Amino acid sequence: MVLNDLLNHTSEWLKGTGPNSDIVISSRIRFARNLDKTPFPHWADKKQSKNVLDTVVKGAGECDYLKRTTVFELVDMDNVDKQFLIERHLMSYEHAQKNESKAVIIDDEEIIALMVNEEDHLRLQVMQSGFNLYECWNIINSIDDSLSKKLSYAFQPDWGYLTACPTNTGTGMRGSVMLHLPALVMARQINQVLAAISKLSFTARGLYGEGTQAMGNFFQVSNQVSLGHSETEIIENINSLIRQIIEQENQARDVILNQNKALLEDKINRSYGILKSAHIITSQETTDLMSLVRLGCDMGIIRDIDRRTVNELFIITQPAHLQKIEGKKLSAQERDLKRAELIRNRLNKS
Amino acid sequence: MLCDNCKKNPATVHLTEIVDEQMTELHLCEECAKKKSSQMEQQFGLSDLLAGLADFEKPVEDKEAVSIQCPNCGLTYKDFKKIGRLGCSECYDTFKKFLSPLLKRIHGSSAHCGKCPVKAGKPSKKELDLVDLRLRLQKAVEAEEYEEAAKLRDRIKQIQDKKAQAEDKGLES
Repeated sequence: MVLNDLLNHTSEWLKGTGPNSDIVISSRIRFARNLDKTPFPHWADKKQSKNVLDTVVKGAGECDYLKRTTVFELVDMDNVDKQFLIERHLMSYEHAQKNESKAVIIDDEEIIALMVNEEDHLRLQVMQSGFNLYECWNIINSIDDSLSKKLSYAFQPDWGYLTACPTNTGTGMRGSVMLHLPALVMARQINQVLAAISKLSFTARGLYGEGTQAMGNFFQVSNQVSLGHSETEIIENINSLIRQIIEQENQARDVILNQNKALLEDKINRSYGILKSAHIITSQETTDLMSLVRLGCDMGIIRDIDRRTVNELFIITQPAHLQKIEGKKLSAQERDLKRAELIRNRLNKS
Repeated sequence: MLCDNCKKNPATVHLTEIVDEQMTELHLCEECAKKKSSQMEQQFGLSDLLAGLADFEKPVEDKEAVSIQCPNCGLTYKDFKKIGRLGCSECYDTFKKFLSPLLKRIHGSSAHCGKCPVKAGKPSKKELDLVDLRLRLQKAVEAEEYEEAAKLRDRIKQIQDKKAQAEDKGLES
């Protein structure tokens, strides 16, 4: 697989399928793992980092679950390539900051991504569409078991998996669920929900994880605590929180539909109209309008396109995706033109 | 809108800052925003938060601690306080007495209850015993030595229960 092959493919997390996929975009679990007695990436010298890269790539190559994967080294990528992988949630922003001895190993379905030499030696993630943390857990647990036979993990029975940052020590696990909560935002209840989330030692972040602002009504909720609970306990805790948020979003959708049906239909159809006819559009505006169109699809107000089309448009209109599709570098102004054209073509076709 | 700082490039990053209970909004271009964020990180980053938590317990003892160094990777406690990251897995042993309260503070617990790595080709002695006992049980049943079989069955159950308990506590050996 070469990087550009991904362009013709819908990432697993964007398929718009799976449980509760009207509200939950995707579920993700990541494990932080390190090699025993080897300096963590930030503290390692060049030779040590290179050794880690070689060891992990070799170990992953011998792992049955990672047979259909490709290793992409960051030294071989330009900035658009890196941004492209960030937009597809296959790599973190932090990982893209330096190139040397770093790689990301991706499977053909884009379910599995393994970052090498990010904050920890290994950052393994598994993604699924919809509300499906248990499926993520089943997959990641098997991969992790099989990797642990090939690699000597840094582990202590009393403190679990040892990580560069003590906030990840223990299970090294973070489970996250990406939610689309437009009705709670409209009803101005979202701040209460976010406050409750942080009180329960979970965090809510923007679309692209750590340090990003929530946009287009998308929120990523994940656990903070990684020590003192088993992986399945952590998942069950996230699940019960998410179930409550889904319930509240559904209630808010009902209330809006009952009290302000005309207003809601107007808002959604206007958004759809702008997307269908705009000639210049920024990615921020696209995200905001697309969020309402998605709500329209989910509530049966818009019937001529499906959730998957909205999801796909959502990703291919991101800056690096546009430049990949065009095959050349585009300025911000050029992107706004191209983005509008792409959206018009796609939405007017259906 | 132009960048508030350089007044040259268009502002693409919008920042809300609260200083002395006064809220100010800053509109910056990408370049100035990067500079600003690295300044902010220097002022107050995760490492400060972690170090603050670590210090909370015994500030006096800490003064002697700063010189402790990890024999494996060379990271000192002072380094850890500065960067908020440990140097290698051995640091967890080196700085154990400072990390224990820190982990408790971050996670509300300092005992791992999750999974353990699987080591290839090295089943534990208990597992080997279990295999052996199961084989003997099979033979005993085939030979219709039911008294012996019952003893073996109880022994197997005992080991399994112990194992399950240990797993519950995350202390599987």
